[in-house]
Amino acid sequence: MPKEAMSTNKYLRIICWYTLSMLVYTNIAARVLEVGAGKTYSGIKPALAASHNEDTIKVYKGIYKEGNIIIDKAVCLEGVGQPVLDGELKYEILSVRSSHVVIRGFTLQQSGRAAMSDPGAIKVYDAAQVLIENNTLLDNYFGIYLQYASNCEVRNNYIKASQVEESQSGNGIHCWKSDSLRIIGNHVSGHRDGIYFEFVTHSVIWRNIAQDNLRYGLHFMFSHENAYITNYFKNNGAGVAVMFTKKVVMINNTFEENWGDAAYGVLFKELSDCYLQGNNFVRNTTGIFFDGCNRLMIEQNNFSRNGWGMRLQANCTDNTIRRNNFRGNTFDVATNGSLVLNHFSENYWDKYEGYDLNKDGLGDVPYHPLSLYSVIVEKNPPAMLLYRSFMITLLDKTEKIIPSLTPDSFVDKTPKMRPYIL
Amino acid sequence: MITIKDISKRFGKLQALDKVNLQLHASECIALIGPNGCGKTTLIKIILGMVRPDAGTVLFKGKDVRNEDAYRRQIGYMPQIGRYPEHMTVGQILDMIKGIRSDETALDLELYDQFGMEELLQKKMRTLSGGTTQKVSAVLAFLFRPQVLILDEPTAGLDPVAADLLKEKIIKERNAGRLILITSHILSELEDLVSHVVFLQEGKLMLHKSALALKSDTGANSLAQSIVHLLKNVAT
Amino acid sequence: MIRILKYVVIDIVKNKIIIAYTLMLALFSWSAFGLEDNTAKGLLTVLNLVLLTVPLMSVLFATIYVYNSGEFIELLVSQPVKRSAIWRALFSGLSLSMVMAFLTGVGIPLLVYTDVGTALIMLLSGSLLSVIFVAIAFLSAVIARDKAKGIGVSILLWLYFALLFDGLVLFLFFQFADYPIEKIVVLLSALSPVDLCRILILLRLDVSAMMGYTGAVFKNFFGSNGGLVVSFLLLVLWVIMPFYFSLRRFKKKDL
Repeated sequence: MPKEAMSTNKYLRIICWYTLSMLVYTNIAARVLEVGAGKTYSGIKPALAASHNEDTIKVYKGIYKEGNIIIDKAVCLEGVGQPVLDGELKYEILSVRSSHVVIRGFTLQQSGRAAMSDPGAIKVYDAAQVLIENNTLLDNYFGIYLQYASNCEVRNNYIKASQVEESQSGNGIHCWKSDSLRIIGNHVSGHRDGIYFEFVTHSVIWRNIAQDNLRYGLHFMFSHENAYITNYFKNNGAGVAVMFTKKVVMINNTFEENWGDAAYGVLFKELSDCYLQGNNFVRNTTGIFFDGCNRLMIEQNNFSRNGWGMRLQANCTDNTIRRNNFRGNTFDVATNGSLVLNHFSENYWDKYEGYDLNKDGLGDVPYHPLSLYSVIVEKNPPAMLLYRSFMITLLDKTEKIIPSLTPDSFVDKTPKMRPYIL
Repeated sequence: MITIKDISKRFGKLQALDKVNLQLHASECIALIGPNGCGKTTLIKIILGMVRPDAGTVLFKGKDVRNEDAYRRQIGYMPQIGRYPEHMTVGQILDMIKGIRSDETALDLELYDQFGMEELLQKKMRTLSGGTTQKVSAVLAFLFRPQVLILDEPTAGLDPVAADLLKEKIIKERNAGRLILITSHILSELEDLVSHVVFLQEGKLMLHKSALALKSDTGANSLAQSIVHLLKNVAT
Repeated sequence: MIRILKYVVIDIVKNKIIIAYTLMLALFSWSAFGLEDNTAKGLLTVLNLVLLTVPLMSVLFATIYVYNSGEFIELLVSQPVKRSAIWRALFSGLSLSMVMAFLTGVGIPLLVYTDVGTALIMLLSGSLLSVIFVAIAFLSAVIARDKAKGIGVSILLWLYFALLFDGLVLFLFFQFADYPIEKIVVLLSALSPVDLCRILILLRLDVSAMMGYTGAVFKNFFGSNGGLVVSFLLLVLWVIMPFYFSLRRFKKKDL
């Protein structure tokens, strides 16, 4: 027997044995423990104590007030008929301290409030491969809190709080020092921040809705190489804030109706090497606010009916803004300085009044998106009161013809004649 | 019926009326005479409330007319130069005034018929001649059988036939006991009409006498002569 | 008064100028929406119609009409009619006609092309501005005996409210940029009906920007329902005050 064949045989045998032993093991060990009125266990805690790794604990309909429940085994905790776990405003409800835990189908409410320990309805400590899905979280301090987690998934949870004060409220989904998370299809409202990331990397945030949160719909810092896809952020106290981060991808998100002095569709502070495509910025006070951003690529986004489509601080360099639609914004672009080191090209500006003689779809006259009045308002915000008065329109028209106050380099030399279909 | 007490009116530098006092009674026909610009029309307009006096009061049947309008129901007024909205037709004007003075009393259509108003109803005011306009004014003044008639140069611009018809109408109304206040430059015209004469000059009331008394005072045999006499006397 | 009003309205409706005005408004607004595929741009055209053309036409037409109604007024004054009734009838007739012209001209395209809220606030503002400038016309017509002078006063007032006032406010902004003059400016805007209307419409059209930038005073005042009610009351006051003063003068006027 050749040496190689023998070794193959040996491997096969080992695999067979392993598989068999797994099957046997699972059959013996993976039990289902039932919790509920008239079931084997009347509480979750005793069931947990009796369980082993890979057991399933089925919790039947009812209200459970068991204080802090610590899950330190790889079990699947499954609610049948949406049982309620109540923290009585004193306890963190579920503390996950093991990997491979599944939490599914519960209503978790009234977690304890404490500024120091940040109790959450579900808190994951230093674990991997945890799945939290199909839960309803009502009126908790923090909703779902992951720290030092990796490869975890938070899916299809409905998270709602009703605090009025920012300081009284925690975040809906809070992730800290984690990696490779998947946050998918959650609905967060009424929390301080809807989704909060700090030091979280390589994660996907997909199809979430964050609205009516007190501060930010989405807030992340130092969280590199994440992708935000098809999320919806509406009417959050201050919109969405993204800070001190590199290599973020944001595709097909909608940022809507974030109104206020310091509210932004998205606030980009100290961002670099990011890619934004196909996002909708609708009816925000400011669509995007760029502060200290470098090498961002902004393309094929829609900016419509915002107060300011985008505001670029003078400390931003090398950003490319191309092939976007700017429609119905009060001001398309504003800036606070005169130096412009960013590139605008092939955008559609509905305020463009040029012509296209060679029919290449691009206007023959460059477009200066910065209006005189946006410069005035930048320096003297209350002057907004005079907007659209005849005097101002006159001033603006004059400036368009003979630019004097607005920086000359702020220009789209190839403005698109018709809007992109996005 | 009408009492005018201490009426004064000044237009800029011109003292149009200066403390005029008058008592006018029913079934009197008073000729208001005086040189041009003596304040005749102003006095009439004050009685009608179109001009506000600077001082003094006008009492109509013992009631102050200031801020009143109902008393004008009992007055028919024919202006010196009737000014009417140009694009309204005669018919519309009559209708409108009828609508405004929705009196119970039957309308006096005598002049209306005599002047042949029926045929003019569709005509616009701006197409009418001065005389025809005056006819409309006359018809309007008499239409509502008012107790007081104020006629400012009624026959000016009227053709002789119409003037005669109007004169007859005035006499008829006087005999019916109306108070008639009339101004005219054509003194002969006033002869058969007036019972009293009021003479104004430079805003001052110079004379208020019955026609008979005036004739006997001046020794003239016609009213016209006595007035001419009067004018000469004043001039000297 | 109703009887007089009837005649006034019949007279104005037959007026060629008012028909031309209606047609012009209709032409401009239909083409504004029809030619641009962008509703926002069409709205801007209509906004300028509302803020500039409507006041100008209202004030001019009303002034001229009042002067041309001299005979009519004279005729009625010698009749047993209250002077106030004549003046009110003229005012109502003119206001009604101007508002009708505006609503027919601008109203239909607005309702067709924009959302109901925006259309309503535009139409309400335009109607109020029509009436306000009729009232202003009455005031200047009663103050100046001479027709040419009266028309001059009317045009000057329009110029002031539509153009100069904003310039003055802008000047204030620059002069006192370092001071918190926001409150004063909100108060100042009440002094010009055109500005009040402009801000009300602005709140609708540029709500995203307005909510962000002018700070608490502005938001609290114009943004709240109470502020909206106050603004409209102020506009109504702008109708009542000039008309009341003109009426007082008209009652004492020698004709």
